[in-house]
Amino acid sequence: MARYRKILVVASTILAAGLAACSEEKPTSTADSGDPLAQYRANPKYAEFMSGEKMSGYVFASPETQAMQDDDFENPGMLAVQDGEAEWNRVEGAAGKSCASCHGDAAQSMKGVAVTYPKFEPKRGKLASIEHRINICRTEHMQAPELKWESKPLLGLTAYVEYQSRGMPINVKIDGPAAPFFEKGKEFYETRRGQMDVSCAHCHVHNAGRNMGVENLSQGQSNGYPTYRLKWQSFGSLHRRFEGCNQEVRAATYPRGSDEYTNLELYVAWRGNGLKSEAPSVRR
Amino acid sequence: MAENVKPRIRVPNNAKRGEVIEIKTLVSHPMESGQRKNAQGQTIPRKIINRMSVTYNGKPVFEAKLEPAISANPYISFFIKATESGELAFAWTDDDGSVYKATQQITVS
Repeated sequence: MARYRKILVVASTILAAGLAACSEEKPTSTADSGDPLAQYRANPKYAEFMSGEKMSGYVFASPETQAMQDDDFENPGMLAVQDGEAEWNRVEGAAGKSCASCHGDAAQSMKGVAVTYPKFEPKRGKLASIEHRINICRTEHMQAPELKWESKPLLGLTAYVEYQSRGMPINVKIDGPAAPFFEKGKEFYETRRGQMDVSCAHCHVHNAGRNMGVENLSQGQSNGYPTYRLKWQSFGSLHRRFEGCNQEVRAATYPRGSDEYTNLELYVAWRGNGLKSEAPSVRR
Repeated sequence: MAENVKPRIRVPNNAKRGEVIEIKTLVSHPMESGQRKNAQGQTIPRKIINRMSVTYNGKPVFEAKLEPAISANPYISFFIKATESGELAFAWTDDDGSVYKATQQITVS
């Protein structure tokens, strides 16, 4: 126990040092002077993973992690896509339908769909992620029960739908009925929270490319989600990642699939508009 | 039989005679070790793929005994010498006796 407390003290000291750098709105000159993103920008290998100043999480990953994602055979996320394909064709519910009964071949019908999500869904009266949309389809058209968020079949289906848009640029709409939800997401993103009293922007906007402790901070782009995350040793959703981020700054988390996280998902997706979708990606 | 077990195999389509080629295999399987307990405190029964065997035109070229410590979705790669065109046949044996099979053609020039 004593040992544990000591580690905690050391950890908080490191974090406090890291946060001191975050507290300014724009970091001027820190220990690592210069632009921490310049090294990535200069690397021609990363051109396809960038859009202007936006950089996919791929850019910040280690060469080993990148290699895992590059090769579909070694990418464990492809197992989720494989599960999803089986789910797509599985007949379920009172209506005796599968996804394929209405949508046919996903490679045709779902191409380019995922990159426009989350979007305003009139049936919910608010935003819907792909996961929400799948569940609307299940309850309304298949008359099947909703799938639980983060359950294997829902993750699989999400991955399978996202996979059909792989390589296409993220293109979410933030005007019209989505506008008020976008504003809420933006507010969430910029609000300080938790014991650490930092917002998403402190790390992912103002300090991307710098280190916090041993972590290399990315821009927090969502174009690779859902992803196989090495830390989890499993496939997971973006909302699970949000939860992790909230926990890391010792803030209260919201349930996966909640309005808060869905609004945030839209804001984060908009930040990455133009980046190519990489789902299923591999991340640390 | 575990659900949705789909072996994935990568063999080079073309190889020169005598060339040493890498075969990569991955099979989706939970590899339940038999050591874990569920929420009720009961042991989850062991269920793993315990054997993998590969034949090259009927002749055995690779055999592996898998143990419970091997993680889910076992990925196994190995090297063989390409001697003749033909078929590589893969078989994974589950604890419950079911066998998952796959074959792959190879052309040797």
